[in-house]
Amino acid sequence: MELKRTVKFEADRDPEFARWISHTVGGERIRHCLQCGLCSGSCPLSLYMDYTPRRLMHLSREGFKEEVLSSSSIWLCTACYACMVECPKKINITHLMYALKQRAIEERFYPKRFPIPVMAQQFSRMVRGSGRITESWLIVRVFLRTAIWRLLGMSGLGLRLFRAGRMTLKPEKIERRAEIISMLDSVAATRKELAL
Amino acid sequence: MPEIPSSAIESSRERPRIGVYVCHCGTNIAGIVDVRAIVEFAAKLPGVVVSRDYKYMCSDPGQALIQQDIAEHHLNRVIVASCSPLLHEATFRRVLSRAGLNAFLLQMVNIREHVSWVHLNQREATEKTKDLVRAAVRRVSLHKPLQKRRVSINPHVLVVGGGIAGIHAALTLAEAGKQVYLVEREPTIGGHMAKFDKTFPTLDCAACILTPKMTAVGSHPRIHLWTYSEVVRVEGYVGNYKVKVRRKPRYVIEDLCLGCQECVTACVYKEAKNPDEFNLGLSKRKPVYLPFPQAVPQKVVIDPQTCIQFKSGKCKKTCVEACGDRKAIDFTQKETIEDIEVGTIILATGFKTFDPVRNPYYGYGRYANVYTSLEVERLINASGPTAGEIVLRDGGQPKAVGIIHCVGSRDANTNRWCSKVCCMYSLKLAHLIKERTGAEVYNFYIDMRTPGKGYEEFYDRLLDEGVHFVRGRVAEVSDWATHPSEKGRLVIRVEDTLAAFVRRIPVDMVVLSVGMEPQPDAQDVRRLFNISCSTEGWFLERHPKLAPVSTFTEGVYIAGACQGPKDIPDSVAQAGAAAAEAMALIDAQFVELEPYTAFISEDQCSGCKTCIPLCPYQAISYMEEKKKAAINEVLCKGCGTCVAGCPSGSIQQNFFEDEEIFEEIEGVLAYA
Amino acid sequence: MKYAYYPGCSLRGTGRAYEESLLAVFQALEIDLQELEDWNCCGATTYMSVDELTSYALAARNLALAERDHMNVVAPCAACYLVLNKTQRYMHDYPDIKLVVSRALAAIGLHYDDHVQVRHPLDILLHEVGLKAIAAKVKTPLKGLQVAPYYGCQIVRPYATFDDQRNPTSMDRLLEACGAKIVHYPLKTRCCGGSQKGTLPEIGLELIRHLLTEAQNNGADVIATVCPLCQFNLECFQKEAGNHNHPISMPVLYFTQLMALALGASGEAIGLQRSLIPIEPLLARKEIAYA
Ligand SMILES: Cc1cc2nc3c(=O)[nH]c(=O)nc-3n(C[C@H](O)[C@H](O)[C@H](O)COP(=O)(O)OP(=O)(O)OC[C@H]3O[C@@H](n4cnc5c(N)ncnc54)[C@H](O)[C@@H]3O)c2cc1C
Ligand code: SF4
Ligand code: SF4
Repeated sequence: MELKRTVKFEADRDPEFARWISHTVGGERIRHCLQCGLCSGSCPLSLYMDYTPRRLMHLSREGFKEEVLSSSSIWLCTACYACMVECPKKINITHLMYALKQRAIEERFYPKRFPIPVMAQQFSRMVRGSGRITESWLIVRVFLRTAIWRLLGMSGLGLRLFRAGRMTLKPEKIERRAEIISMLDSVAATRKELAL
Repeated sequence: MPEIPSSAIESSRERPRIGVYVCHCGTNIAGIVDVRAIVEFAAKLPGVVVSRDYKYMCSDPGQALIQQDIAEHHLNRVIVASCSPLLHEATFRRVLSRAGLNAFLLQMVNIREHVSWVHLNQREATEKTKDLVRAAVRRVSLHKPLQKRRVSINPHVLVVGGGIAGIHAALTLAEAGKQVYLVEREPTIGGHMAKFDKTFPTLDCAACILTPKMTAVGSHPRIHLWTYSEVVRVEGYVGNYKVKVRRKPRYVIEDLCLGCQECVTACVYKEAKNPDEFNLGLSKRKPVYLPFPQAVPQKVVIDPQTCIQFKSGKCKKTCVEACGDRKAIDFTQKETIEDIEVGTIILATGFKTFDPVRNPYYGYGRYANVYTSLEVERLINASGPTAGEIVLRDGGQPKAVGIIHCVGSRDANTNRWCSKVCCMYSLKLAHLIKERTGAEVYNFYIDMRTPGKGYEEFYDRLLDEGVHFVRGRVAEVSDWATHPSEKGRLVIRVEDTLAAFVRRIPVDMVVLSVGMEPQPDAQDVRRLFNISCSTEGWFLERHPKLAPVSTFTEGVYIAGACQGPKDIPDSVAQAGAAAAEAMALIDAQFVELEPYTAFISEDQCSGCKTCIPLCPYQAISYMEEKKKAAINEVLCKGCGTCVAGCPSGSIQQNFFEDEEIFEEIEGVLAYA
Repeated sequence: MKYAYYPGCSLRGTGRAYEESLLAVFQALEIDLQELEDWNCCGATTYMSVDELTSYALAARNLALAERDHMNVVAPCAACYLVLNKTQRYMHDYPDIKLVVSRALAAIGLHYDDHVQVRHPLDILLHEVGLKAIAAKVKTPLKGLQVAPYYGCQIVRPYATFDDQRNPTSMDRLLEACGAKIVHYPLKTRCCGGSQKGTLPEIGLELIRHLLTEAQNNGADVIATVCPLCQFNLECFQKEAGNHNHPISMPVLYFTQLMALALGASGEAIGLQRSLIPIEPLLARKEIAYA
């Protein structure tokens, strides 16, 4: 049996994190959370979450950054908006999940070879390069970096989709790809300028 | 007492012609009692002329049925087997009256509360009903016509307790033209509310809304305000109470004192040395003092416990000098007793706060910076000991404050009940403390209870203000540091049940949100006014829903927190309701009393006087010339004590005569 | 009626049949679609999690292109529909976001003034064309076909106003107008797991299994979807989702494929042959003789 100290000291809290969450886009109303648990109840993924959305709301606004950012829940959230539509306090829970994911990626709070951040990175790279996504290549790239064996497992399905004309290795591209690069650069520049 | 018409007496001597009416009460009764069987059974009992059942006997058609039968079958006795007489005895008595019969020729059999609701077996329930109906038939044959007594109502009202509830009741009555005596124990009126800075949920200043009402009381031509006074004796009955009030000496002649307080400045004590009661000991006062700047009446008080003149008789009496020609100070003043007569009484004696010393793990009295909520109300009050600044007992300013809810509430170790106002005032204090100090404020709560107009919205506002809400009952406050950040601070240990782990939170100030308790002398007061208390000690209302300000003693009403924990809006609403109830009695000018009085058969009375001290209402006197006892009908409440106590059996009670009771008992036992 | 058509990346890949059938339906109902000139990926759900600001800028390029051409947008893919709407909403609510996006657009000579409406085909078919007009054009009623209408999450949630967010019925009504029978399907807005099937396969599969077995238990012959990812998830993993005792084999079509059939399109034209679980035997059994 592995025993761990579970009591939390005030020094374990990160007040900056608590401040950040209630000032980030979508977090404006987090303090109003009643802890009613409706979000957790309506969430189809809460079955698997280590911290339910309700608990994440509480832990975040109290500033328990470690617990929140290392939680599996933020990766399980599929952004289905079930919670947000129902929340009696109109808290933008889904958006907060995005915000937490981003913060977790920034602070590298995720297991190695964890496919979700890898997928997100590959996705953005592909958009930067072509302006559009070619699903077949995206899948290949993600699995190459996370779990090659699964790629093999999926090859049967891949083949059938190829035959049905639903997968192609011809990459989709837009005409004025340079525009995408200009926009991305502009976003980066403004972000830096305004320290967003 | 009005005479009973001789025809009525005649009818009672005729052979009984009884009608029996069995009610289904929907399925309440008929679902378990075989009503048809009862009807058939009753029809065969001696004297019974008609026997019927009906779905709802109390409905208009049900009543009409009885009325019609009385006329048609010349009934002279009626039995209704239905619910508790508390509910519908009056209804069916009116039916008899309408049909020209004396109302007391009715007997009710409670086959709902006493049978159908407490039995599961149909056969047993039906058999028991038969026994009860048989008993009633035998008893009712002996009923005699009786007449209700009327007593007139004295229009003056006594209000006891000058908190917001008493103040509001007194003003409402006085405005309606009634003479009011307002008796308050302390030297000023105002009660707890006078101690607050702001009130939830609107955060309006307590003084701004209370003091205009206090001054209105002080100057109202129809209110006799007696502060520093207590009721010591109450005699009489509804409409006609005789009350003795003890007025304690304040050693200042109220009529002469202008409230200038020059005596206070002049007192030989240059520094105030005695703990100030109004500020809960957070500041000091002199032996001569005004409780607080807006006190009503604006009259100083001298405290004989601390005044040198009283202790040694050798004071320079600089106060008397300062008072000069006004001559308001009188060291020889004695307590006086005032006798008043009133028709109705409103009790508004309020509550006391829980003493947190009883929860030693919160460190109250051990750690200087652990406060009760009431103390904090004074601390943040602009006219309080620190002029509204939050300065700790050790002189510092708090950077983190923990507010612990439910101290002395919802706890089998102390008080089981929810004190109802603490969630809301804790939110109020959280807001005020954060506003004044910028400190991190933590609220530790079990459930957040904010039911009330604008209350949930207030909670929502506090959530937004960034107060921490930690759900969990705090286990301990201590100065035991287990982490460098906890050194020299008060550490709160609690399970954050929402986060699902235990937290240790160091703070500089702890506020204990103490609950509400009955006044320590509630039992004495209840005996004085002959009312009851609930098991917790709150004054008991006649009915929790339908008669919330009445008591079981007619003409005595209760209002405010003496009846149970409640906030200002509810206290004021109850005070208004109590005033209205009193006025309804006054405007009716008389009440009718039940005729269940005791009477003495003079030829049997041996004049032994046993009964005289037994009567709790002093209704029995001794007639020297006849050497017999006599009962004053108006004072008799029909308790029956003397009836049971009389050694010669010469006292009987209307409606409960021995014969009637024996017949009833035999009727029940006749199944054997 | 003329709209800028925004297919999104999926309708060029796994969701090709969605595009084919959508175009067929709109053609039959005489609604003009003109593909948005040089549209780019909207950023979708995935981008949001790495870099939200960038994803708003990407989405806004499409909005700006539509505004330049004075057209409202039709976005059939659930993710695109949500992202484009959300971008408008957030640009409106947050001045910072608006500033970043406007500058990025300016960098490529575009600007956006919030004049474009982004609409879903369900919305247009129901509110612009109307059930009566559609019913009048039905050539092959889908008689006897029991359909489980599956909306998934991001169509009506959280911004759409064209249908009830908790209990949408627009697809139910459209398919009923085509003669189909709608079965009780309480999971109609429950999430299919999205890309979870790829990233956390066991969990993704569990969600898919719930959706499939519930449709089966409620007597559905076919599931109708409005989203390429939902369609993919529900169709491609039935073998894994079922087991020996309870095999699952349930055709999963785009609602537009069912509508197009009713409106007289040929199976080939609307990509029926692209299904991994063929619906043709079912249609034959129900004697629905489509073109
Ligand atoms: C810390 C705290 C904060 C609160 N804040 C708020 C708030 O913000 N808003 C709100 O709505 N409510 C608040 N409350 C509740 C409020 O105090 C009560 O609702 C209100 O005081 C009840 O008024 P009352 O007149 O019934 O009782 P009290 O205020 O207790 O007044 C009773 C009066 O009767 C006198 N008395 C007692 N016994 C006798 C006797 N035998 N003879 C003569 N006189 C007697 C007492 O001296 C006292 O003057 C708070 C309570 C507490 C403890
Ligand atoms: S539904 Fe809303 S209020 Fe309720 S716990 Fe979730 S976030 Fe909080
Ligand atoms: S409003 Fe309803 S949910 Fe809220 S505290 Fe009261 S009872 Fe509970």
